Amino acid sequence: MSLKTHQLLKNKKKNILELWMKNQLADESLREDLISNDELRSQSEELITALVSNLSGENFTNLDSDEWSPVIEILGGIAITRARQGFSPRETGNFVFSLKEAILDVLQQEITSDPMTLFIESQKINRIMDNLSVVTFETFIKGREEVILRQTDEITEISTPVIRVWDGILALPIIGTLDSARTQIVMENLLQEIVETGSSIAILDISGVPAVDSLVAQHLIKTVSATRLMGAECIISGIRPEIAQTVVHLGIDLSNIITKATLASALAYSFKVMRLEVKKINTVSKF
Amino acid sequence: MTLSLSKDTIQVLKEQDVVFLKNRVKETAVKIKMGLVNQTRLLTAASELVRNMMRYADGGVCIIEVVSSGRVNGVRLTFSDRGPGIPDIDAAMRDGFSTGRSLGLGLPGTKRLVNEFDIKSKVGEGTVITILKWANG
Repeated sequence: MSLKTHQLLKNKKKNILELWMKNQLADESLREDLISNDELRSQSEELITALVSNLSGENFTNLDSDEWSPVIEILGGIAITRARQGFSPRETGNFVFSLKEAILDVLQQEITSDPMTLFIESQKINRIMDNLSVVTFETFIKGREEVILRQTDEITEISTPVIRVWDGILALPIIGTLDSARTQIVMENLLQEIVETGSSIAILDISGVPAVDSLVAQHLIKTVSATRLMGAECIISGIRPEIAQTVVHLGIDLSNIITKATLASALAYSFKVMRLEVKKINTVSKF
Repeated sequence: MTLSLSKDTIQVLKEQDVVFLKNRVKETAVKIKMGLVNQTRLLTAASELVRNMMRYADGGVCIIEVVSSGRVNGVRLTFSDRGPGIPDIDAAMRDGFSTGRSLGLGLPGTKRLVNEFDIKSKVGEGTVITILKWANG
């Protein structure tokens, strides 16, 4: 970029900022619910200051050069925050694109006499701003991926709770597909909890498992055997009619395992094993 | 004479693709108003086959088709991979036979779950398994 244009943009920084803000505020997709106007202005100002001070460098078009790292850092920071705040890609993209428009508009107003220079300078601005947009999107997507990864972790974390339903009785509702990794977590949690609570009965509830194939069945059988080795009995409950039919057709033998249709009947069975009784109290209450 | 009404190709390469595939199979089954029991059977069969594909062939491709024959609709799934292939199909189709320390019920069980089952395999080239489940059959 020629020294003259650089000087020009530096002097017109305020104009560009105003124009850019105007563009952003006029945009229909402006998310006032996610970001305040003041915050938007300070973000914009920070970016534009970093950008303008870079325009004179030798490596103007080379984004990999060190001179650009502050700009990329600022832009990346903004993109990541926006991804986390829940901005859409279009809204994030418009942030950079409206800056390009603002700069081009100012150039057009200032360089009126020499169309050739205007064209060359505009082209340079275009190139660099497009590169910056790509950087924005890359960081934006990275931010989103982080969100997804965190959610995946959270899901595996929360999806294997061991519940103490009664003194000596544990329940473990399984929701979703039971793969090897999940089975490992389920088994670990269950066995650990059996030791800690000294429970003698564990109920595995598979109401939330969409399909039981041979591998899931194998995992269930393994979990039951491991529980038995710990000296506890394991009941599998929540077997829906369609699951029962499928298991029979597959030819899986679950006859060695105590199975119940519902968690309630599994609990009732456990009470019987533990010689407990649930009774309705026949006293007349005075209301 | 069976007619293919819609075709959907899904690449299965990662563990996450398995869940995606199962959801698509379920959606397709629901779309043609397949009964709940048959849905579960088809889903379990698909689950078995896609697991085999992941385990022995590091993934492959699944084609989900809605097929029609006369007045009945059904779902046809074609699983093809470029894995090591199955040397002895007759043995693989026997209950309790497994080379991978599993229950050995996957292939024979799947055959019992669906209406039509076809397996083609060539050692060193890969395996193609086609299954078909009618909406009410």
